[in-house]
Amino acid sequence: MKHALYGLVVIAATATVAMAAETAPTDVKFEDGAVGASLGPAGDAANGRKVFANRKLGNCLACHVNSDLAEQPFHGEVGPPLDGVADRWSEAELRGIVVNAKNLFEGTIMPAFYISEGYNRPLKDFAGTPVLTAQEVEDVVAYLMTLKEQ
Amino acid sequence: MRLTKISAMAFAALIAGAGVATADESAELSIEGKTIPTRAEAPAYLENIDEVISGWVYRSDETQTLQADDFDNPAFVFVDTGADLFAEADGSAGKSCKDCHENVEDFAGLTTTLPRVNEAGELETLTDLVNECRTERMGAEPWKYSGTQMTAVTALIGLQSRGMPVNVAVDGPAAPFWEKGKELYYTRVGQLDLACANCHEDNYGNMIRADRLSQGQINGFPTYRLKNAKLNSVHGRFKGCMTNVRATPYKEGSDEFEALELYVASRGNGLAIETPSVRN
Ligand code: HEC
Ligand code: HEC
Ligand code: HEC
Repeated sequence: MKHALYGLVVIAATATVAMAAETAPTDVKFEDGAVGASLGPAGDAANGRKVFANRKLGNCLACHVNSDLAEQPFHGEVGPPLDGVADRWSEAELRGIVVNAKNLFEGTIMPAFYISEGYNRPLKDFAGTPVLTAQEVEDVVAYLMTLKEQ
Repeated sequence: MRLTKISAMAFAALIAGAGVATADESAELSIEGKTIPTRAEAPAYLENIDEVISGWVYRSDETQTLQADDFDNPAFVFVDTGADLFAEADGSAGKSCKDCHENVEDFAGLTTTLPRVNEAGELETLTDLVNECRTERMGAEPWKYSGTQMTAVTALIGLQSRGMPVNVAVDGPAAPFWEKGKELYYTRVGQLDLACANCHEDNYGNMIRADRLSQGQINGFPTYRLKNAKLNSVHGRFKGCMTNVRATPYKEGSDEFEALELYVASRGNGLAIETPSVRN
């Protein structure tokens, strides 16, 4: 019992620290579709790879072929293949694309993964929240930066 | 010929990732020796597409085959239930549908024109018509919109029009409902911020993860889905697509979904009715 309570306090404390260091979705600064500054947390490419494939998180494979994830069965073809994407875009541009691709690709089908407003009729459980956390966005960006062909 | 088909399929599987069951998009649907056209020239008001295409075209070979034979089509178990219900007395008047509608075949052609606007100026769907008979003429409780009884009886009635071209009215008194449905079709919703058109107009034919996107036509409803092993209503499908983009769906039977149903039906004007179709 004591242990469980202690655990809770620690989690709450770390959560507060993490929150303070993060840029909120409404505070992200765009320049020509790119976001230069990290959202706060350091990106972890290995976790980004998981977020990319996870149907409940990035689900990027729904629309993109990615040879690096060949072990995952179904890759969509709605968007372009992401092989070598880090050769085509800078880190700041990739962060901009993940946060809100509509700034770079007007009218795109690609969802914005880090906005908390501006969408209609969200399901109650998702209202006011972004699809990914700041940590997950940075993880995905770090992962995308590993997708090089040259 | 055989070889070309195999290599084309292998190529599609390669670009889509391993193990995807590919659809044969050039296959022809023939049921009980009768050819059912699965493509038609798009009506003039569809500004962004030239051809309207049945969802059957995009399903895997196995799913396509199930629909091509009434004996194999699992929906027919439910159609049989529909026929039993049609002949069963219910409600305070002690009547069955059959007491007043002697031959269910007389409904041939009906679903090609639904939804439609009635004399009172209301948009009515097949579900509305059935429940109106139940409440006004039989003294019975209305059936639940997507319940087993409603989907079974609407499948039975829809089957009577199989092979006939969809031909819903979009002008005259239908115009305001059609406009409202069109607006809903193009409005982005949900946390993922997507409209029906993003998937079913801009991307039909493309894989979205494990599913091949179709035009989202409703000429085959109610539809038997392998996923839930039952008949699925039109509004049930709309609801599922909205929930998938993390949007709060409209209610089944709501004015919004009825208007959307009219608009989506009109996007299939010219396609043959395929009720009851089979999907994954
Ligand atoms: C619903 C489909 C969809 C989903 C889901 C999606 N994307 Fe995209 N993405 C697109 C489309 C379409 C484009 C092309 C831009 C355009 O013209 O609309 C694109 C473009 C991109 C690009 C630029 C690629 C290039 O080579 O130019 C990157 C990078 C990207 N997406 C990353 C992601 C990541 C990471 C995720 C998951 C967090 C993701 N996408 C999820 C549809 C999607
Ligand atoms: C007491 C007689 C009666 C019963 C019982 C009855 N109906 Fe009707 N139904 C009618 C009448 C009358 C109409 C209106 C006919 C018309 O306008 O041509 C009608 C219309 C319909 C229509 C629309 C037909 C069209 O072409 O517009 C459908 C569909 C329908 N009924 C289905 C059913 C079903 C299913 C049941 C059983 C659940 C049922 N009815 C029970 C009398 C009945
Ligand atoms: C994120 C993409 C997406 C969006 C947005 C979307 N759908 Fe779908 N829908 C699908 C997928 C995937 C399927 C199953 C494969 C197919 O038939 O396209 C489907 C199936 C359907 C079907 C069944 C088609 C058949 O042949 O049985 C209908 C009808 C439909 N959608 C209507 C809609 C409507 C109306 C909207 C807007 C409210 C909508 N969809 C929004 C992805 C989407």
